[in-house]
Amino acid sequence: MYRYLIRRLLWSVVLFLAVTLVTFVIFFVIPVNPASLAAGRTATAEDIKRVEKALGLDRPLPIQYAKYLHRLSPITCCEGALGIFKRPDLGTSYASGIKVNHTVTQAAPVTASLVFGGAVFWMLLALPIGILSALRPRSLLDRGAMVFVLIGISAHPVWLGLIFAYFIGFKLGLTPITGYADFFNPGPGAPGGPIAWAHHMLLPWLTFMILFAAQYVRMIRANVMEVMNEDYVRTARAKGAPESQVMRSHILRNAMLAVVTMLGMDIGLALGGAIFTEAVYGLPGLGQTALTAITGSDLPVVLGVTVFGTVAIIIFTLIVDVVYAFIDPRIRLG
Amino acid sequence: MALLDVKDLRTHFRTDDGIVKAVDGVSFSVEKGKTLGIVGESGCGKSVTCLTIMGLNNKRNTITSGEALFNGEDLLTASSSRLREIRGDDIAMIFQDPMTSLNPVHTVGRQVVEAIRLHRDVTKRQAKARALELLKAVGIPRADRRIDDYPHQFSGGMRQRAMIAMALVNDPDLLIADEPTTALDVTTQAQILALMNRLQEEFGSAIIMITHDLGVVAEVAHDVVVMYAANIVEKGTADQIFTRPHHPYAWGLLGSLPRLDISTDRLVQIPGQPPSLLNPPRGCRFNPRCPYVMDVCRTQFPELQPVSDDPGHVQRCFLDEETKDREATKLLAGTMAEAS
Repeated sequence: MYRYLIRRLLWSVVLFLAVTLVTFVIFFVIPVNPASLAAGRTATAEDIKRVEKALGLDRPLPIQYAKYLHRLSPITCCEGALGIFKRPDLGTSYASGIKVNHTVTQAAPVTASLVFGGAVFWMLLALPIGILSALRPRSLLDRGAMVFVLIGISAHPVWLGLIFAYFIGFKLGLTPITGYADFFNPGPGAPGGPIAWAHHMLLPWLTFMILFAAQYVRMIRANVMEVMNEDYVRTARAKGAPESQVMRSHILRNAMLAVVTMLGMDIGLALGGAIFTEAVYGLPGLGQTALTAITGSDLPVVLGVTVFGTVAIIIFTLIVDVVYAFIDPRIRLG
Repeated sequence: MALLDVKDLRTHFRTDDGIVKAVDGVSFSVEKGKTLGIVGESGCGKSVTCLTIMGLNNKRNTITSGEALFNGEDLLTASSSRLREIRGDDIAMIFQDPMTSLNPVHTVGRQVVEAIRLHRDVTKRQAKARALELLKAVGIPRADRRIDDYPHQFSGGMRQRAMIAMALVNDPDLLIADEPTTALDVTTQAQILALMNRLQEEFGSAIIMITHDLGVVAEVAHDVVVMYAANIVEKGTADQIFTRPHHPYAWGLLGSLPRLDISTDRLVQIPGQPPSLLNPPRGCRFNPRCPYVMDVCRTQFPELQPVSDDPGHVQRCFLDEETKDREATKLLAGTMAEAS
């Protein structure tokens, strides 16, 4: 079990290096000089040279990358004080001069609200529908669920978002159309608190629910149907177990193994930036931040969001592995 | 009164291709404390017979008729809650593949405890003590520690022992064993059969032993039912079937049995494939594969006939009795002659 975890951790480090390196290289291949952007529109060639030097952009790519990694690492290693913990530094935005750490910590809770709330919504919808359509294959409910799945898989989040915003937000006036309300400490004059937060998040959550529940319905249905035919389910019935207990203790426990994997990966992935959903509802989350930064060639911010997203995915993959080992003894003890 | 009395049992499955008559008019009875062997090839309906008795077929595509009287109560018409009370308590079942018949995410102990607590109002602690007692009785070494192991930590033989413990934990009157040794290697097979024989003496359960292996039947059964293509083709005591087999299919089965005490170049095989139960052959269902086939076999469906001077022995073949006795003697004597 521990060896398994250590192996997973080492792989995470490799993954992290690979993702940041690729982002770094791609950015330098793009024919845009970040220094000229940072220096402003009226800058002379000399100004740009100076800015380049100040940002370290005149140094060779490998050195820039190494410096970046060094700033990022949570332990100092080059100033004689090896092994002292420090705060990882994501750098400063070229465009605004704001610390990327600050930008990311502002945007991350918005995305997290969207993703975790959305996950609760889509699981609440997908579990009962998936189980019921597995129990009654080819029934009206099953066929209806399949239509829903098809819509959910085919729909684009922007389209869904606009439809929801128009009908529920504008026509019915039930929810705000766009924007975000902070849960804990809203800015002066801005709406805030749990109720306003949930009210603003409702449409984004619904969008996420439709987008993701579709795949989950299909997955849960397929898994439950597969496990239902396992010999040990027949054994449970032969013991005289009532159907509810057979479903809970024997079918779902096993059918959820794959669902847990998918859930962890999807949450990690979505945390890295739910660009479309955030854009359509004007949520100042990581996806929005990344979008603005990419259009402005603001490398530190793009890298910051990428690093954050990568870490989120890595952490959630690790959580999945641990949870998986917890619910499947064959992995824990095998 | 017999413990279980099955009368004219029919189980038909609706499929996309038509109705599959998996069991088509099967009658037999099981006496208290005795073992009945049901023998036949794969797909002859022996497992479906038992799943029907247990009420474990998928109800949506199954048509069932006939009677299965267990202590006088018809299981086929019993309510599902009544069936749940009976299953695992009065009638327990052991399945073919111990590798897949235990839930991989629960400990062996928990699965045995579940079987107890479904039928007995006892605390978890009492149930676990009882489970441990049974795991010891079926010969699981260091049972007090292995009780908290998961199925994947058990070998195949150990898992089948655990299945048997789980089945016997509520002292069932009837134990249905569906090819309990098929998935095990030969030495483990012998151990499991010996264990079942010993436990039968100890617990007094009647057993239905479903198998395609006549060796297993010879080892444990008091009575034998030979099934072919959803029908019973011969039925009698183990003695009757093994000393005076009267159906050509039974001869085929006996002839194809490998024996260590006889050297033969080649085992006898029954030519052809078991027929489709979607549309079984006209007349006797064995006629396309039968070396003794006559015209009547192709047109008329034979009824079960009593064998003369052999009470309780019935068979389903048109051949005259002289020929059958002669062929049976030849089959058995032939093997004897070679043996000496």
